Amino acid sequence: MEILDILISASFWAAAIRIATPLILATMGELICERAGVLNLGIEGIMVAGAFAGWMAVYSGTGLWVGVAVAMVVGMGFGLLHSVLTVPFGLSQHVVGLGVTLLATSSTYYAYRLALPQVTSPPKIAAFQPYEIPILSDIPLLGQALFSQTPFTYLAFALVAATSVMLYRTPLGLAVRAAGESPAAVAAQGLSVTAIRMGAVIVGSGFMAMGGAFLTMSAFDSFFFEMVNGRGWICIALVVFGSWMPGKALLGAVLFAAFDALQIRVQQTSFGADIPYQIFLMAPYILSIVALVLVSRRAQVPAALMVPFNKGER
Amino acid sequence: MTGKAEIVLRLDAITKRFGKLVANDAISLSLHRGEVVALLGENGAGKTTLMNILFGGYTADSGSVQVFGQTLPPGNSRAALDAGVGMVHQHFTLADNLTVLENIALGVQPLKDMRLRKQETCNKIKRLSDEFNLIVDPSARVGSLTVGERQRVEILKALYRDVKILILDEPTAVLTPQEADDLFATLRLGIQNGLSIIFISHKLHEVMAISDRVAVLRHGKLVAETRTADTDKNALSALMMGAAAKAPDITATTPGKALLSLKDISTPDIANNPGLKSVSLELKAGQIVGLAGVSGNGQAALADVVGGMRMPSQGALVLNGKTLTQWSPRAAVQNGIARIPEDRHKTGTIADFDLIENAILEGYSTALFSKGGWISWIKAKAFATDIIQKYDVRCPSPDTRIRLLSGGNMQKLILGRVLEADPQIVLANQPVRGLDIGAVNYVHSQLLAARDRGAAVLLISEDLDEIMGLSDVIHVIAGGRLSPGFARGTMTPAELGIWMAGQGFDAQVAHAS
Repeated sequence: MEILDILISASFWAAAIRIATPLILATMGELICERAGVLNLGIEGIMVAGAFAGWMAVYSGTGLWVGVAVAMVVGMGFGLLHSVLTVPFGLSQHVVGLGVTLLATSSTYYAYRLALPQVTSPPKIAAFQPYEIPILSDIPLLGQALFSQTPFTYLAFALVAATSVMLYRTPLGLAVRAAGESPAAVAAQGLSVTAIRMGAVIVGSGFMAMGGAFLTMSAFDSFFFEMVNGRGWICIALVVFGSWMPGKALLGAVLFAAFDALQIRVQQTSFGADIPYQIFLMAPYILSIVALVLVSRRAQVPAALMVPFNKGER
Repeated sequence: MTGKAEIVLRLDAITKRFGKLVANDAISLSLHRGEVVALLGENGAGKTTLMNILFGGYTADSGSVQVFGQTLPPGNSRAALDAGVGMVHQHFTLADNLTVLENIALGVQPLKDMRLRKQETCNKIKRLSDEFNLIVDPSARVGSLTVGERQRVEILKALYRDVKILILDEPTAVLTPQEADDLFATLRLGIQNGLSIIFISHKLHEVMAISDRVAVLRHGKLVAETRTADTDKNALSALMMGAAAKAPDITATTPGKALLSLKDISTPDIANNPGLKSVSLELKAGQIVGLAGVSGNGQAALADVVGGMRMPSQGALVLNGKTLTQWSPRAAVQNGIARIPEDRHKTGTIADFDLIENAILEGYSTALFSKGGWISWIKAKAFATDIIQKYDVRCPSPDTRIRLLSGGNMQKLILGRVLEADPQIVLANQPVRGLDIGAVNYVHSQLLAARDRGAAVLLISEDLDEIMGLSDVIHVIAGGRLSPGFARGTMTPAELGIWMAGQGFDAQVAHAS
């Protein structure tokens, strides 16, 4: 009964959407990379770098949206590194991805120590505040859940729509999808597989960094070590869960976030008190593995995912 | 065609090397408006390489390409397309998970366009489909199409871009005779509409039927260029091979004892591939048994059982008088079964291994090549070098990755690998598929030599001419059932066709009851 009460409360769904936002942003980024045929395991580290860069920019005096842009540019920088190594050089995407994650994470911590050598607890910034969209936010339940979020969340949802339109309705999107399905077909039509894949990885990495920035600029107002805490890896699974489709991936992100929000609340119920809290922490991951198993067997993997393309090789 | 028509394409002294292999050696060639030039040559002669240079897939080491008098920048497919050159590759460049429309629309609009013009694309595809008789559903997923339909999509892709010059690389290799006729009709329509065509092939009758002029390549060199009307098949064949092609002679032999017997063997159906239904078959020393049948009628199951890939669910396998209880690929190799697999690229070789490694794939763990768990690369290299010499494998060196070899040379290496062990049973599954005449004759002569040494040969092929030419005994397989054996020369193709259609079996049942 207590669980039912939670599920119909608006604050629960508002929390779910808030928790989902960084996942949505980074998942879109990963989805774009993978649709073009590149697995980007740099995601975890790029989120850390984005979280720090956006927050640090705002702390140094820029506006919030400029901070978002700074985070995106930093992410794109790591995306450039990743794509140079994996696309024209054709190196192992696993090794490069993990390398980028380690590099981005540790260089971020280094930058943090350089920028703030003296502090013991990280300073706070004036983060994004919720903006209630007129009229829509008055809808019961839905209004509070969806339309009383920060502008950053609205941006995330807009990016899902934009990604979907780009992939399915534009010549560019067709080229991106074809690069992930058959790079030879792309080359034979006179397009540059290298340019398309690198572009996708760079833009996708920018989205990942924005996902990280949401944590420090909207969900919280400060930067902590370990705050990304595996969200990047969840996004990799969400792309599979969403069968490489933006809309389904969005649903997956919300579903996972809802589990996460639920476990926090169930811990505080009377029956939750009898169970070790670690079980609840595990729950979203276990459920996402189960969902993944059920959903992804039908999924249509991009045929050339992780297949390097070298023009002129026999 | 006369030499008066405008020259639309000129290749000038193209040279291309892959490592030590000279694929194209200073080749010059021109194409006139409305003309079909056939580029003829054996596998590995350099035809595809030349066309890929023309289309910007490879960059030539030297030489230039001129289209309508303009020199094309090297290695740029876009420039070739923009200049009006389209190419239908032998291995299709289509994305299976995308629709026909998406494959055709790919790269046509500038990438900065905000909207993909699906409706206009669809209309133009339909118009071209009608005009050139290339019927295909624009909304179908390419992966769901037949090979013939995919080729139509490839041609439509080129026509959609209003190309003036169309290059077709071995377009009929994957087509049924009916589909090939349709293709030729389409090409003739294209020529009427002002297209100029380069047609790459190693099939002489096609070249004679479609082309105005023939250019013959051999070992990367242009050895002849002539009007088709001034030559004939024999002359072209001699030019292509360097010597007239000659099929091996066949002498009758008396078969010895049964080396491998299949007794009432059955295997379960797997997906769309029927398993075997109570198949009995004897492979005797000094005899070639031909297995005829339409593809997908149980040939794969039979090959798997003989080759050790599958244990039958019912029935007995008797090898040299002993009933087998354990059967595996390794057991098959150890018992002297030489396997020439159906797909030499996927199961016969490992593309990124060199010739030495591929040569010892089956025998690496035997005393021949290893001692105490260590491979002797000296012995392995000697073995590979030996095969290369004996079986005339054309390659730059033994440590070349095998993916760089042509199909015929790959098959020769496989032949050497399995035949050098002096096998008692040879399982040859589609041994000459996709090979040129020279390589076909070579493979056949090796199979006959194995038979004459006393090996039992099982030849599986979809080519009835090959089966009837080589086999001492012919069985037909249909729906997983095996016909009785027919001795050489006792059946006409039409009679075998009845069995291949699965009708002979019913008559047999009716007769027995």
